[in-house]
Amino acid sequence: MPAKIHRVLPGFGLALGYTLVYLSLLILLPLGGMVLKASELGFAQIIDIATGERALAAFRVTFGASFLAAAVNAFFGLIVAWILVRYPFPGKRFVDALVDLPFALPTAVAGITLATLYAGNGWLGQHLEPLGIKVAYTPLGIVVALTFITLPFVVRTLQPVIEDIEIEVEEAAASLGASRWQTFVKVIFPAIFPALLTGFALAFARAVGEYGSVIFIAGNLPLISEITPLLIISKLEQYDVLGATALAVVMLALSFLLLLSVNVLQWWTANRHKNNEPLEVAAAKASGATA
Amino acid sequence: MKKISKSLSALLLGLVASAALADVNLLNASYDVARDVYKDYNPLFQKYWKAKTGESIELKQSHGGSTKQVRAVADGLEADVVTMNQANDIEFLADKGLVAKDWTKKFPNNASPYTSAMVFIVRKGNPKGIKDWNDLAAPGTQVIIPHPKNTGNGRNTYLSAWAWALKQPGGNDKSAQEFLGKLLKNAPLFAAGGRDATTTFMQRRMGDVLITFESEAEMIAKEFGKGEFEVVYPSLTMQTEFPVAVVEKVVDKKGTRTQAQAYLDYLWSKEGQENAAQNYLRPRDAELLKKYAAQFPPVKTFTVDEVFGGANKAFATHFKDGGSFDQIYVQK
Repeated sequence: MPAKIHRVLPGFGLALGYTLVYLSLLILLPLGGMVLKASELGFAQIIDIATGERALAAFRVTFGASFLAAAVNAFFGLIVAWILVRYPFPGKRFVDALVDLPFALPTAVAGITLATLYAGNGWLGQHLEPLGIKVAYTPLGIVVALTFITLPFVVRTLQPVIEDIEIEVEEAAASLGASRWQTFVKVIFPAIFPALLTGFALAFARAVGEYGSVIFIAGNLPLISEITPLLIISKLEQYDVLGATALAVVMLALSFLLLLSVNVLQWWTANRHKNNEPLEVAAAKASGATA
Repeated sequence: MKKISKSLSALLLGLVASAALADVNLLNASYDVARDVYKDYNPLFQKYWKAKTGESIELKQSHGGSTKQVRAVADGLEADVVTMNQANDIEFLADKGLVAKDWTKKFPNNASPYTSAMVFIVRKGNPKGIKDWNDLAAPGTQVIIPHPKNTGNGRNTYLSAWAWALKQPGGNDKSAQEFLGKLLKNAPLFAAGGRDATTTFMQRRMGDVLITFESEAEMIAKEFGKGEFEVVYPSLTMQTEFPVAVVEKVVDKKGTRTQAQAYLDYLWSKEGQENAAQNYLRPRDAELLKKYAAQFPPVKTFTVDEVFGGANKAFATHFKDGGSFDQIYVQK
């Protein structure tokens, strides 16, 4: 009999059982109930509901705006995370705390505030509108709201990973003759890319389901600025619970597919990175290219 | 463990004690902006009931979107009475067997103790000269309304415009739909709800005209000042009802039928009617309507029953998926 491995926390069986029950109660049960409810409709009917002109337009708006918002945050969130980890500056703790605000703010408040800011007479809107840029009550407004809501996901995912990259690695790359650009592209970026993808995926998933903030800034015009959650509410207004569930299930399936592909991509890049070389070797290679 | 159960039982005791202070408690599930009306009405009823029966009664309010509220009641929220702003929401409860099938006959006036009307709010001086529904469809006019499919306020506006178009020479369903198409083209957005539409119009200064309840106009005056806008009464508009009903299943279970019935009956009393008038809702009482005439100018109205054959039918024809509203936007 092999020797028993001692863990810090006891009771693997208990902990696993607890985990399964907890996840089942919290996630599997409601989602299962939803799928079960939707299965009262035939597959053909679900597809029919999900491919109506209005539903298709709403899917396009929802997933398109969510993708854009997540992409914007992947870029600017990376910069924010980098600054917050690497540079000391006065008020840094304050700025760091600011990042979490979108988590804490009720989403409706966020939506109303953004709509007021970006409306034609708002602080920002009055300067943008003469330039022909309309934000509030257009699809662009949806992107703005989703970008606001999802910022913390990218920043908070990236921060610990950037903290783990020691400055010595950059110094090593530099001392071996790598340029700044080479150091970033060949040493730093590969190390943070998996976390960036995770942050992107989290932001995207959160954005797809967002309702409270969006409806106040979207304008909600059919075929132009209606999001799928609004259509779901619209079905509920008609006491059409089944139709609402059908839309929700399709949305869930699409989100799951997208998240799965992000995960696969992440797993693939992480693996490639692992099989390749540790950071120090990458640093050496980066410099080798110039040598 | 002992500690937890001790504190739990203390908590339970506390809850029981607070409930026991009143002899009876009633829960009124109501629509969103009814807060003010019932906040003022509840103490009136408590006083009346105490004087009449010696029983002290605790009144709780639950507010939310009308449709959300009735769904909560259908799902088990133990409301003794429902006071809503759309008949089809109470119809839903009647279909589920929670409310009497003939609920509209249980109280006078179609079970609606007070009414309002859909009116136009325009900017000071009415710069676009907006007088009637056809002005809203004129090119270059911007109209601010909540989503016609998802909000009661938006639906009332839609149906008002439709009814007006029907009454025009040669008016029929086809011409009415064309008219609505033109009118909706003038909406730069559909607000999330009635109050959101008000904010968009008054605070963000969007649009030339806002369509909302007459009662809401007074709220706007309180919030933004009377000089900021004018109220325009169109030649024909909807008389909006605010139906009430006793939730049979709940009062039978709780044994609160007498109190619940009395609570709603009292809405038709002089005090109840005056409270409505003071909250800018048109009382059913003719004398009071006269007393508050300055606040309620005469306006030609129609009811949904007269023009559309009932709230349910109107909803099915116009706002269900594929209904007249959807047809305006989606060709398929």
